[in-house]
Amino acid sequence: MNKVRADSEIAGKFGLSDVSVFVRAHTDWMLAVSYRILQDRGHAEDAVQTAFSKIFAKIGDFEERSDIKSWMHRIVINEALMALRKIKRLQEDPIEDLLPVFDTAGCRIEYGQEPTETPEMLLANAQTHQTIRSAIMDLPDDYRIVLCLRDIEGLTTKEASDFLGISEANVKVRLHRARAALKKLLEPLVKDKLL
Amino acid sequence: MKRDAPEATTRPLAAIMFRLPLMIDCATFEKFIMDYLEGTLPKRQKFVFDLHLRLCRECRIYLAEYKAAIELAASQQDVPFSKLNVGDVPEDLIKAIIAAQAK
Repeated sequence: MNKVRADSEIAGKFGLSDVSVFVRAHTDWMLAVSYRILQDRGHAEDAVQTAFSKIFAKIGDFEERSDIKSWMHRIVINEALMALRKIKRLQEDPIEDLLPVFDTAGCRIEYGQEPTETPEMLLANAQTHQTIRSAIMDLPDDYRIVLCLRDIEGLTTKEASDFLGISEANVKVRLHRARAALKKLLEPLVKDKLL
Repeated sequence: MKRDAPEATTRPLAAIMFRLPLMIDCATFEKFIMDYLEGTLPKRQKFVFDLHLRLCRECRIYLAEYKAAIELAASQQDVPFSKLNVGDVPEDLIKAIIAAQAK
């Protein structure tokens, strides 16, 4: 089977024969992934456009045994990260102010009560989603990206490590700090619900 | 800038308790959290982690909120662009992608 015919058959199987339907079906979520990484609408749109061009160009390489959405997910993440590297160098912004504090005996200094509302209960309020997004945007980029890849996009530590070109140990350190900082930033949301 | 930790312990009884055999302090507990949540903590470390968790109210509050933060972040996974409150998916973008493929 020649490559053109093979590509055509794969394309037809996944709806590429109707490009318009295919693009409309996938642009919304791909743009969301791109925007979460880039935090800029224009750059996010550019990255999605480039991602689609690569998807169409590489569809013949797609292995049918894997999920096409997962394959496209990785392509758009890669494009968004490449765009991010172009528009700004990831800076090691300080995060210490958002990390937990211990006294000289190693005892944690933490105030408040144990949460009584579950995340599901908090998420029932539409405003909660905006609060979460704002808190994530407030994280320094190099921590935000790791949290985004691991806890939102669902990549493994190894996959995040490969995308970012840093060690798995470094991914874990950044992820832990990002989560701790996010927890701190979300305290008003969580603790207010305790009143 | 890193915040200064208080010079004296704020929890003198806990500070003594955390020095007993099989006990860890909260700073050590903090270092174990990632592996604990991933289920990769060795058996002995998991035992001391769980013991500390039972005895330390501050770490219980902290871990509960830490886990909630992970879940709240994960809730953003399937939120499409059109629900991010930054505008609709631009029709121009869709047309440009389709036009580029047609070339």
